[in-house]
Amino acid sequence: MALELKNLYDDFRDGETIKAYAEIIAKDAKKLKNPINIMEVCGGHTHTIMKFGLPQLMPDNINFIHGPGCPVCIMPKERIDHAYILAMQPDVILVTLGDMIKVPGSHGSLQDARAKGADVRFVYSPMECIKIAQDNLNKKVIFFAIGFETTTPMTAVLVEQVIKQKIPNILFHINHVTVPEVMVELIDSRDVHVDSYNNRIDAFLGPSHVSVISGSKIYDKFPKDYGRPVVVSGFEPVDVMQGISMIVKQFIEERCELEIQYKRVVNHEGNLNAQKLIDTYFEKIDLFRWRGLGNVPESGLKLKDEFAFLDAEVVYKNVLPLAEIEDHKLCICGDILRGMAKPPECTIFGTVCKPTTPIGSCMVSSEGACAAYYKYGNLL
Amino acid sequence: MTKTITIAHGNGGAENNELIQKIFYKHFANDILSKSEDAAVIEDGRLAFTTDSFTVSPLFFSGGDIGKLAVCGTCNDLAMMGAKPKYITCSVIIEEGFSTRDLEKIVKSMKNELEINGAIVVSGDTKVVPRGSVDKLFINTTGIGEIEHKNISASALTEGMSILVSRDVGTHGATIFAAREGIELESSLKTDCASLYPQVKALMDANIKIIALRDATRGGVSAVLNEWARSSDVCIEIKEENIPVQEEVKGICEMLGFEAIDLANEGTFILAVDKEDELHALDVLQKTHVTSAIIGTVTALYKGKVLLNSSWGTKRFLDLPTGELLPRIC
Repeated sequence: MALELKNLYDDFRDGETIKAYAEIIAKDAKKLKNPINIMEVCGGHTHTIMKFGLPQLMPDNINFIHGPGCPVCIMPKERIDHAYILAMQPDVILVTLGDMIKVPGSHGSLQDARAKGADVRFVYSPMECIKIAQDNLNKKVIFFAIGFETTTPMTAVLVEQVIKQKIPNILFHINHVTVPEVMVELIDSRDVHVDSYNNRIDAFLGPSHVSVISGSKIYDKFPKDYGRPVVVSGFEPVDVMQGISMIVKQFIEERCELEIQYKRVVNHEGNLNAQKLIDTYFEKIDLFRWRGLGNVPESGLKLKDEFAFLDAEVVYKNVLPLAEIEDHKLCICGDILRGMAKPPECTIFGTVCKPTTPIGSCMVSSEGACAAYYKYGNLL
Repeated sequence: MTKTITIAHGNGGAENNELIQKIFYKHFANDILSKSEDAAVIEDGRLAFTTDSFTVSPLFFSGGDIGKLAVCGTCNDLAMMGAKPKYITCSVIIEEGFSTRDLEKIVKSMKNELEINGAIVVSGDTKVVPRGSVDKLFINTTGIGEIEHKNISASALTEGMSILVSRDVGTHGATIFAAREGIELESSLKTDCASLYPQVKALMDANIKIIALRDATRGGVSAVLNEWARSSDVCIEIKEENIPVQEEVKGICEMLGFEAIDLANEGTFILAVDKEDELHALDVLQKTHVTSAIIGTVTALYKGKVLLNSSWGTKRFLDLPTGELLPRIC
């Protein structure tokens, strides 16, 4: 039998299975000594949790905390301004992925740039840039690359092809970031308002697609060095419910381990070819500024110096400002991303700050915690 | 309102509503327009009158083309007011360099669809503009229909009524996405693009009392249900598992991060009837599409809202789609 898309999700949304897991979790949770707060690192998980109403199935002593893993949400305003400024340059076609077009910078979003006449296009795969470049030889195609470990290999493949095929008119603006470094930052988070460590992260639900590339090994240190269990979990509701159940069981049995729920694709080592490809073209940068979270050491990537001729940040350095732009004063996205607050605790949530007029990072993409609360959980 | 118009202002969802309310309704306000129905009811309720423009890309797609859409769209707006489509105008704006062969194919396709509705084109206009001024071809159609079932209205829903959908949802939107450059999916999916008057006539002939009727075009089923909940100040409760969606549509939604109920349809309508009419209405609808279904009921739980109930006991609100429909990143 040929594998159809249906096989990839159908059983993983089965109502009876979800209910059965809810019962197991409720039964097990009675044995917990303390409540547990589970951070889903990835915005995809946040989206699933809210869309399928999973918090409604959780007992009182199990709580979801929403992590920073949305590539669009974490983009600081100054880098969105880069995209906007590059798009407005003469003879430039700015290409990026889906949701990025909607995020507002200080001049507006890429959607606004397009309305003002800029040539902004979104693609489903970075490789589409090659055709755009070949069809527009008199223009520069700049790929504004975003995303975590999941999308980085696709950008690396495009870099490789541009070099191999000697394509003269594709440049890159690299905004790839990495998950483990920001998890460390979150564990070490200090609440600046009261000068104490008060984040409440007891365990992590790790995103499966990141580990398809990087393997589960990137989380080895969290149980070992930080005392936080990690379960690498898929994105369907049954996957998430099973992942939660596995975390609860670890607490009952007083274990603290790295486990894989999504065994159907993820292993400890990951995709070594993809990792090699990334290492060929990219290197870590000392600091990457995350919207809402600030500078996080070694959490971002850049093109290696030998490929600087492909780097739009180098080629267009004269027009790209370097100054950091702070978030709106009333926005508490930083606290939300650190697990210190929930979206409805923000005074501008759902009033000034809405998906159509986002102020903070968590509202800008459909995968942000605030956007998910607004869309799926605003009253229930 | 934002200072400039973006693609999102044409999405059939929240931004589109804002644009219409704050610019067009503000200046054009009158009693007929403010009813905000699919077609204006004029001449003491005898006639329905509507207009629509079509700017789809690609022009030809599986199961239809822009010409078929241009006739279906306007005729369906009339049918949704219980009117039989009669007279249509056809206005085209053509980009310099467009193939006459393709133009004739499109006009022939319009003729076929007019025959299904029993309508005729009685007036038209042609403009040709320099290359780059429009994307190949835009068509506007305006239609007049004779009302055969009076008092169909989005504001007439009351507690206890049933909500039905005429067939599986989201196929048009999914077909267009699958055909777009950059995706090029292999798919046997066909648009649902079709004239709805024959189905509406079948409901009327079966003496079904139609309370509300609306084709779920841009903004999809979500937009229609939200508009009804707001217009009638009721809660519409939907059983998510009862919404019919083809497997291929589900697959495309999974890949791109969409929900089928947000996707555009061109031959699918939502129907509200009294509870006692629901099975009879379902029977009539299923003669055309076996996938038609009873999807929900009108209650007073959260007035002005649409509530989606899952098969595992959770609830969430179904919102109006917002923004440009863009694929998720991961």
